[in-house]
Amino acid sequence: MEPASLTWVLVSAALVLFMTPGLAFFYGGMDRGRNVLNMLMMNFYCVLIIPVVWMVLGYSLSQGGSGNWIGNFDWFFLKDIGVLEDNGGQLATIAFLGMFAAITPALISGAVADRMKFSAWAIFVPVWSLLVYVPVFKWVYGGWLGDRGSLDFAGGTAIHVNAGIAALAAVLVLGKRKGWPQEGHPPHSMPLVMIGTGILWFGWFGFNAGSSLAASGQAAQAFMNTVLAAAAAGLVWVITEWLRDGKPTNLGAASGIVAGLVAITPAAGYVSGGAPLAIGGIAGLVCCYAVKLKSKAGYDDALDVVGVHLVGGLVGSLLIGFFANPEFFDGSFGEGLFYGGGAGLLGEQALANLAAIVWSFIITFGIMLVLKKTIGVRVSPQDEADGLDYSQHAESAYH
Amino acid sequence: MKLITAIIKPFKLDEVKEALKAAGVTGMTVSEVRGFGRQGGHSETYRGAEYKIDFVPKVRFEIVVDDNVVDSVIASIKAAASTGKIGDGKIWVTSVDRIVRIRTGEEGSDAV
Repeated sequence: MEPASLTWVLVSAALVLFMTPGLAFFYGGMDRGRNVLNMLMMNFYCVLIIPVVWMVLGYSLSQGGSGNWIGNFDWFFLKDIGVLEDNGGQLATIAFLGMFAAITPALISGAVADRMKFSAWAIFVPVWSLLVYVPVFKWVYGGWLGDRGSLDFAGGTAIHVNAGIAALAAVLVLGKRKGWPQEGHPPHSMPLVMIGTGILWFGWFGFNAGSSLAASGQAAQAFMNTVLAAAAAGLVWVITEWLRDGKPTNLGAASGIVAGLVAITPAAGYVSGGAPLAIGGIAGLVCCYAVKLKSKAGYDDALDVVGVHLVGGLVGSLLIGFFANPEFFDGSFGEGLFYGGGAGLLGEQALANLAAIVWSFIITFGIMLVLKKTIGVRVSPQDEADGLDYSQHAESAYH
Repeated sequence: MKLITAIIKPFKLDEVKEALKAAGVTGMTVSEVRGFGRQGGHSETYRGAEYKIDFVPKVRFEIVVDDNVVDSVIASIKAAASTGKIGDGKIWVTSVDRIVRIRTGEEGSDAV
């Protein structure tokens, strides 16, 4: 890897690491004040356990060898990966990808908020990473889904759709929070939510533009797309709720920004011009309505991981089928419907997401069920009432 | 007229509020307070050091009612706030000499 690219990948890895604390504050502010520390801890735990899992086994199983379904053990404990060949490029890439691996299970924490035993979460995260994240990542990047021609620039399918559907499976096993949906569960600190949103957006430049794995024109376009899609989605969400509910809200702006970032993630390096505005705008509108599904369908996805990450990820991933523009990038990927391609790419996008959804849902449901039957996944009603900060961690956020 | 003051566990806030509304109480004042009774405080741990937190969070209800409903209101609060465990809180009643509705100047029972 040439020096400029190496620098950009290393900086991007740090940016993506920063997203997990950002997510922690984004979610933590939306939580009630007696559960905020538990939320922060669930997220920080992911950046503790996953880099270890990734170094020992995750990277090798997700990128080793040329298999269609799963990697191998060639790079167990990063064996034989040196810094002399390729200027340390592979090591920088491993660090970068490790941060993605860390934030993916952290996304699920927003759904299980306020009621999951921390001990169950502590086991769930590494097990989920190895059984769900690693294989899906392999299918998309170097496995059968990628080989068929489906596109996922920075992890729309592999990360957001994957975590979003896992969140749904997890809450179906876990059950609803006490009092939901009769009692509202309003955010305890909107300023924390807005700080978290800012950190997420900042870090997302590494997530998307870093995924070029090069200091290149494609990285610059991915960077620009990351600004525009988030802005468009934030605007559309706020305008939608202003017209529908009467007031423009901070939480609407924050949710819109994140929905736009999620949607542009799979497309960031494949689209240009007005496409990021369209992708962001559509995601903002669709997700603004999708977060209402949970009350109708009766699943308690506490902080809308399904409505924002699953739905936003699907929107962005499917829109690649319309907006992918290989000519602009001089790239060797499929053309979208608007650039002379047929429906082939759209079909591949649908298949890739379907495959990720089926695998992730079934395996996540199974992991949660096993945890439920063994150590239990849910805190006692008394602990839930007292708050998870005190019952799980013997700490309190505010004195 | 009587002032009923109740100290309860914070997570019982909504249940007590609903019970009071069901008992016909039309207004109430609620504050987040800290304190301890027989339950004492609890311990929190920071960097391995245990801190005794003497004052634990509680919620205080203040309701002014006519004399004839005092017993039923107390019964409602008691039923809704009870967990049977130590720390459920207390209810006490004090006499109110005078009560004025600011907007209209009404006094006494009319102002409750």
